Amino acid sequence: MADKLISKIPDGPLEKKWTKRKSEIHLVSPNNKRKLDIIVVGTGLGGASAAASLGELGYNVKVFCISDSPRRAHSIAAQGGINAAKNYQNDNDSIYRLFYDTIKGGDYRAREANVYRLAEVSAAIIDQCVAQGIPFAREYGGYLANRSFGGVQVSRTFYARGQTGQQLLLGAYASLNKEIAAGSVKSYPRHEMLDLVIVNGEAKGIIARNLVTGQLERFSAHAVIIATGGYGNTYFLSTNAMNSNGSAAVQCYKKGAYFANPCFAQIHPTCIPVHGDQQCKLTLMSESLRNDGRIWVPKKLEDVEKLRKHEIKASQIPEEDRDYYLERRYPAFGNLVPRDVASRAAKERCDAGFGVNETGKAVFLDFSEAIQRLGHKKVAERYGNLFEMYEKITASSPWEEPMMIYPAIHYTMGGIWVDYDLQTTIPGLYAIGEANFSDHGGNRLGASALMQGLADGYFVIPVTIGDYLSKKFAEPRTSTDIAEFNEAEKAVQARIDRLLGIKGTKTVDSIHKKLGNIMWDKVGMARDEKGLKEAIAEIKELKKDFYENVNVPGSQYEFNQELEKALRLEDFFEIGELMARDALNRSESCGGHFRVESQTEEGEAKRDDANFMYVAAWEYKGEDKEPELHKEPLKYEFIEVKTRNYKE
Amino acid sequence: MEFNLKIWRQKNAKAKGHFETYHIEGIEEDASFLEMLDILNEQLIREGCDPVAVERGCKSSGPVSFDHDCREGICGACSLYIDGRAHGPDDHVTTCQLFMRHFKDGATITVEPFRSAAFPVIKDLVVDRSAFDKILQAGGFISVRTGAAQDANNILISHDQAEESMDAAACVGCGACVATCKNGSAMLFVAARVSSLALLPQGRPEAHRRAKAMVAKMDELGFGNCTNTRACELECPKGITVDHIARLNREFLKAKFSD
Repeated sequence: MADKLISKIPDGPLEKKWTKRKSEIHLVSPNNKRKLDIIVVGTGLGGASAAASLGELGYNVKVFCISDSPRRAHSIAAQGGINAAKNYQNDNDSIYRLFYDTIKGGDYRAREANVYRLAEVSAAIIDQCVAQGIPFAREYGGYLANRSFGGVQVSRTFYARGQTGQQLLLGAYASLNKEIAAGSVKSYPRHEMLDLVIVNGEAKGIIARNLVTGQLERFSAHAVIIATGGYGNTYFLSTNAMNSNGSAAVQCYKKGAYFANPCFAQIHPTCIPVHGDQQCKLTLMSESLRNDGRIWVPKKLEDVEKLRKHEIKASQIPEEDRDYYLERRYPAFGNLVPRDVASRAAKERCDAGFGVNETGKAVFLDFSEAIQRLGHKKVAERYGNLFEMYEKITASSPWEEPMMIYPAIHYTMGGIWVDYDLQTTIPGLYAIGEANFSDHGGNRLGASALMQGLADGYFVIPVTIGDYLSKKFAEPRTSTDIAEFNEAEKAVQARIDRLLGIKGTKTVDSIHKKLGNIMWDKVGMARDEKGLKEAIAEIKELKKDFYENVNVPGSQYEFNQELEKALRLEDFFEIGELMARDALNRSESCGGHFRVESQTEEGEAKRDDANFMYVAAWEYKGEDKEPELHKEPLKYEFIEVKTRNYKE
Repeated sequence: MEFNLKIWRQKNAKAKGHFETYHIEGIEEDASFLEMLDILNEQLIREGCDPVAVERGCKSSGPVSFDHDCREGICGACSLYIDGRAHGPDDHVTTCQLFMRHFKDGATITVEPFRSAAFPVIKDLVVDRSAFDKILQAGGFISVRTGAAQDANNILISHDQAEESMDAAACVGCGACVATCKNGSAMLFVAARVSSLALLPQGRPEAHRRAKAMVAKMDELGFGNCTNTRACELECPKGITVDHIARLNREFLKAKFSD
């Protein structure tokens, strides 16, 4: 079945590929668009921008989200910014350089053609967002301002204070509202997709649960777009929102869509450290802080000891006794190395005993030098709201003492396999934004998630979906009273009945926490063969425990958050195991995936291009059966593959 | 720390609500208010309570439903009225950014949903705020088509103008302003959107139309009128000020005159 992995990358020079593909795509005339229905699941940057743009084109769109309003999707929490190759700073930025940085940052595990297209449309995203009334930061002359992010040497990040994701999402949500008002989009908030319906091998609809009434509802369409984000919450503790989940992706996977590179998860270096067992959520501090903040731990273990006992403060440790370990190890990029590199370096220092808080799992992010250099006002303008947020949470002021930070799960580069058109291995099923795997390879650069979500939603899917739908306008709407819908609904009903019937003694969260511990310890920042095999076995054990002992209180036909969580946890088991399996197969170190067995003498990640320069696409084979691995080889025609080096 | 929690319980929109009181212990000072509720729910589930069990005489209605998501103060989902204040006793925070160190050990804390005629209760502490979406659908956007925009630097916007627009755009749509207002007015919410867009050249062409349409929708949906008590700005988690209401009024009046 490997022939399903046809990437559909157009031939010809890199910079002509997207233009070529667009010219080949068949159009759908306006009167025919009216006859075509599209389901969009998820209303983050990808889903909201896609639904709005498709509605504008004249398609009938149904858009679903699990929260009470599309505006609450987790894109809202992105802080730092969005990249675009505008070269407004005259610092020699270009589409090619954004493309190059993204491929290199992804450790040469992303498709050249997809990434180039992303860089190509990036500039239009900024134009679009400004036209929507997004108040990006401005220079005094009235021009747009930029800042830098990790893994690059130019300033190409556009931002709106520390709330860029919020502003971009409110822009996409406003466009969505415009279309809802116009009648082209119908919105279904508080609805959760629980299965994909396939008719004659093509995606034709979904089963969703109305989260207020608990009823299962059926929706049919000519195509389905999944825009439900990543699966970082497999780890229980992550920077993802509490309700973010991987369930829609798992349902597609179980219905035949291949799942690509599941082991590529991003661990973000600058999160507020874990404070205790009662925590359910980790908070990110924006990467933009690394523009001016310097990361360090003490050089002397006795200073560490005193810090932990609160005998001294960080500010009392003299300059010569501080180890600015990123500046020491990576002089060319310093504190702005990519996230995977910064995270591993923090873990290395903490494992060596230099962690600066009671748990030994924290390093300093220090602004004292920046405050001296730039002055209080400038620093406040750049990071004021982040400082405030940090102080609210920790009750410590970054103006006086350095922040304490530690890595945490933040983003998943892996996801549903898609071709160049963003279509999955199931015809009529598309995946966009974080839900797909396509653009970030083994590691995503900062401020690129927002760029990808909006690129896919505003500029790619509205074009590429036409190629499929141009063959479908003569097809009548699929009835939801056919066998395929009946069976899908019956299967969902059976899942719900099973969960509600167990009535054991353990809570969903207590089991999810255990899954999180297995994942963090064995499928986290450092992975090895033994640990990964143990993880697979332990997840299976835990799943058994779940089905025997979980207690899901209440009933189906009510607002029941415990039932929602239990259904999602079932799918996290599936993803967790798949991540471990993929990590076990990929015995190289690459991007966010670090195999202990594959490192240089200096402890840097060692890639194995001879054996692993491919996309690992997994095919579901049934309950309790091992999934089958398919390989899509990655070819680099336009870029020289090198060892990633941020030292010189 | 330990607390007595007096929490509003309501099975669904039609049921009559009531308070139930629970005791909780072993809470860390650094735990957030919602983490404390998570722990309470774990406790209630372990005690084997659920809405069915309560009919058999169980002492609680089981886990408490509440809206929440990002837990970092930006999604606007959380909507708790704690000890008589929207989002509780700390200033300019959402409920998820309220920490237990702000309460006295041993205190009794009263927790209710946001109360407003326009926000009917769905269950326990969960309310229906879809009226906000409807107000924004009435005009809270700029009518630009995807792909139609010119280069982003072609229209200059002064630094201060952009910053002021951003002050208003920071609204998270939580509804604290409505819950706090004695009239149940959504003026601050509407003003934030109208003002943010009216301050930008891109938003000017539709500014009057937008103000009129959004105010009309707000009235239609049963929100009350503004009587300038300024309670909303005190409870706004993002510190949005009533200056924006003044700007909304200007836009609205100009629109009326030009009719």
